[in-house]
Amino acid sequence: MMLWAAVVVTGVGCYLLKYAGLAAPRAVLERPAVRRFAMAVPVALLAALIALQTVADADRLVVDLSRLGGMAAAVVALLLRAPFLVVLVVAAATTAGLRALGVG
Amino acid sequence: MNRPTLLPQLSSLVRRTPVRDGLGVGVAVGFSGLAFGTTAVTSGLSVAQACVLSLLAFTGASQFALVGVVAGGGNLVAGAVGALLLGFRNTLYGLRLGELLDWRGPGRALAAHGVIDETTAVALAQNGRADVRAGFTTTFATLFLLWNTTTLVGAVATESIGDPSTFGLDVVGPATFLALLWPRLREGGRTLVVALLGAAIALAATPLLPPGVPVLLASIAALIALGDGKDDATERSGK
Repeated sequence: MMLWAAVVVTGVGCYLLKYAGLAAPRAVLERPAVRRFAMAVPVALLAALIALQTVADADRLVVDLSRLGGMAAAVVALLLRAPFLVVLVVAAATTAGLRALGVG
Repeated sequence: MNRPTLLPQLSSLVRRTPVRDGLGVGVAVGFSGLAFGTTAVTSGLSVAQACVLSLLAFTGASQFALVGVVAGGGNLVAGAVGALLLGFRNTLYGLRLGELLDWRGPGRALAAHGVIDETTAVALAQNGRADVRAGFTTTFATLFLLWNTTTLVGAVATESIGDPSTFGLDVVGPATFLALLWPRLREGGRTLVVALLGAAIALAATPLLPPGVPVLLASIAALIALGDGKDDATERSGK
């Protein structure tokens, strides 16, 4: 039930954020500090999520070698300019392969 | 009777630059709903919850952020706040698109749902109001249809397999974030510092704070971007 509430609040909230921008007076955008901060927030949050989902389980840090291997494979795929979905498949396949070999 | 005229009409429509751009981006990105459906169910959402989130939120990064916190057993309030913080950039896109699209009333309320990274990118690349609207609408329609369909497919497929981690699906979430962030990381400079600091803050806070909260705390790293304004000119011309 709580999970449903979080899903609906996030969904409706995301819509309202979009609508607020489309309907707001444009003067808000003229403040460069607001713009810079709002463009930087996703960078910080996404980086945090990458780090945590790679080396954390709930409230403790863990070293899961197969997960780390999958992320390393994703980096290699990105460096080789692989398309988005290829990056994901390479990452998952590497992690699955390492796990099948008994790593991590 | 309609057939002979319909096909040439369709092909001339598809040949229009904004429509072609929109279809290209929509198809390329739309299938990543598979990754979201997979990650959502791996994290513990039901198929219905994954689909409702894709329908209502319709903004990938925020959706991944919420299910990422759910996966870590995190505080749902912190998860939702993190998702909304990520959704705030759509407000900024809306500020720019509002003037370009110039829709009012119900049209604007409908268009608002489509204000995301991809539609903004396509719309801003067009010249003239008609093309901006065509590019925005094509991207929105293609992406909305595909994103929601593939969310369902990914979620149902994942639910039907026993342990998603056997297939390495637990790494799809973070790999998606990495792929999304990659173009920004390549800019280096202050953006890279913000990313590294954000990750460091979250990792340092993880043993100390309830799950979900360290991600929110990482937004402090974005304050670096408030510093001096010497990047202003490049940012304005670059977007």
